[in-house]
Amino acid sequence: MPSGRFHKWVISGPPLAYLLIFFAIPTLIMVVASFRQPGPYGGLAPLLSGAQGSAGVALTAENYARFFTNFLYTELFLKSLWYALITTAGCLLLAYPLALLIARSPKSQRDLLVLLVILPFWSNFLIRVYAWIIILGPQSVFVGAFNWSIGLFGLGPVRLLYTPAAVVIGLIYVHLPFMVLPLYANLEKHDPALLDAAQDLGAGAWQRFWRVTFPLSLPGVYAGAALVFIPAFGIFAIPDLLGGTGGAMIGNIIKQQFLDSRDWPFGSVLSIVLTVVAIGLAGVAAWFARRVRQ
Amino acid sequence: MALLEIRNVIRRFGDFAAVDNVSLSIEAGEFFCLLGPSGCGKTTLLRMVAGFDAPDGGSIWLDGNDVTGIPPESRNVHTVFQSYALFPHMSVAQNIAFPLRMAKVPAQEVTRRVDEALEDVSLTGMSARYPNELSGGQRQRVAVARALVNRPALLLLDEPLAALDAKLKERMQLELIGLQKEVGITFVYVTHDQQEALALAHRIAVMNQGRIEQLDEPSKLYGFPRNRFVADFIGTCNILEAEVVREAGQRTRLNIAELGEVDALAGEATRPGQRGVLALRPEQVVIGTQLAPGPDENHFAGRVFDFLYLGDVTLYVVELANGTRIEAMLPNSAPGRAKFFEPGDAVQISWRYDAGRFLAD
Repeated sequence: MPSGRFHKWVISGPPLAYLLIFFAIPTLIMVVASFRQPGPYGGLAPLLSGAQGSAGVALTAENYARFFTNFLYTELFLKSLWYALITTAGCLLLAYPLALLIARSPKSQRDLLVLLVILPFWSNFLIRVYAWIIILGPQSVFVGAFNWSIGLFGLGPVRLLYTPAAVVIGLIYVHLPFMVLPLYANLEKHDPALLDAAQDLGAGAWQRFWRVTFPLSLPGVYAGAALVFIPAFGIFAIPDLLGGTGGAMIGNIIKQQFLDSRDWPFGSVLSIVLTVVAIGLAGVAAWFARRVRQ
Repeated sequence: MALLEIRNVIRRFGDFAAVDNVSLSIEAGEFFCLLGPSGCGKTTLLRMVAGFDAPDGGSIWLDGNDVTGIPPESRNVHTVFQSYALFPHMSVAQNIAFPLRMAKVPAQEVTRRVDEALEDVSLTGMSARYPNELSGGQRQRVAVARALVNRPALLLLDEPLAALDAKLKERMQLELIGLQKEVGITFVYVTHDQQEALALAHRIAVMNQGRIEQLDEPSKLYGFPRNRFVADFIGTCNILEAEVVREAGQRTRLNIAELGEVDALAGEATRPGQRGVLALRPEQVVIGTQLAPGPDENHFAGRVFDFLYLGDVTLYVVELANGTRIEAMLPNSAPGRAKFFEPGDAVQISWRYDAGRFLAD
């Protein structure tokens, strides 16, 4: 069927071309860059070293050696991983009841509630994060009230802004809709007759949730977790704005390598390791999820 | 003492009474049917027995205990849902084990009883399958097995065969009858399909507009409908507007407007001048070109208006002098003689007086 094949290419051609030009080729450039030398004033040293091609192509594994010998970077990875995991867990805990509430509210109200969930996207990301600087700042009413209430138990006062806690709060805030939406999309499709059947067969409210609703929502949980975990792992804006000096994550260091240190090869190494780790973790999670279902 | 007693149950939705003061009692071991058109309140009544809905008035008693306010999970009543509602993330065995696990039955016994239940519904060997790997009939069996496995006092079935094709439906009906006999559990079966109700039930309650029109054995319901609704709803029935002329022993003389007088079996206390309908089953009406009516037979002339060839029988629609159309059903027992009359043919019809029943308005 030549015409069928032709149509297939016409339809899938543009997106494929887009991915090739703006994703595959840049990734390849980055992979190559990670084996090259930094230029003296930033950027990359010429690929062909020496004069008149006397020497070969100047590729080196030095950048990877630097990463694997300096424990500081591994530590940063682990810290970022930890933040991303807390963020994913926090988003899941907050998003699940919300998504369930929306999915179980009358059909006429659901669209409005979903709209409210995505409403924050209508304002600029940085402005929303700046707002958190005020909310978490020392002058903030919220922090004041929080410190006053823990003061009743003889605790505090605590500082929030420019701490890891502020980073995690910001990460959860920014990623929450990405957890709510796939969860809602899943929960909304559940057949209410299944809950009736479970109840009819002797399951109380808690059992109905754990044995019916939750297992059936796992695809939504996985999708939401991936949508939150992967960007949270590599993010730099939130720790930059809310984390202060101690709050840096791996994304900040990558940005630093490219923009401040102007060490593109090492920045590429960190980016590649980040990508590989994220894909690896997602793969392990998917494999684990499939095993659990069997 | 009846196993299930429904006492003066009322359920309103706004101004609409979905169930309007219904009382009935069902004995242990009975196969009971709630039959009626959609919206008659049969499903609402079933949901109240299961505990998913609460009556606005009246009470429901199970095994001598008032269960009116008790939630479904605490009632010894299980339901087979119309959609089966099998848990898609659980295998057949896990689905059937679900009520046992909820009742905290020890694991070893769960396995044994699940195997037993699978055997009861002829699904041995299917335990590891998932619901999406089963056919409609198999799903239906899993749903029944799951609802029966921990021996509820009462099993409710909400149109469980509605989604199956005719052949499979018939087979499942036979299986359900056999299963009910075998396990001895009381079945309450909701359906809008009168044939299904007649085939399955020991007793049938015909419901309409939230009320029970008649509660009887299948043969009584079919042979002796108590009112116009039941006559019309169960099977096919010719309904002729009629007025009582006089009573004479076993017979009631009726006048049918523009047609003449006929005899019918005397019903419940009637009096001359009373209005109502004559109900007459098509299979009781004889059709022919030259009939010699006896003294016990009513007799009219007419023309064949149309006919429906149904395979085993042919249904003739005969138009009488006053424009009334009467259906007559003739078996096609003799091969090659399926069709006797063409539309437009002049024919005569007759029926024994005791085949017709007068039902007062």
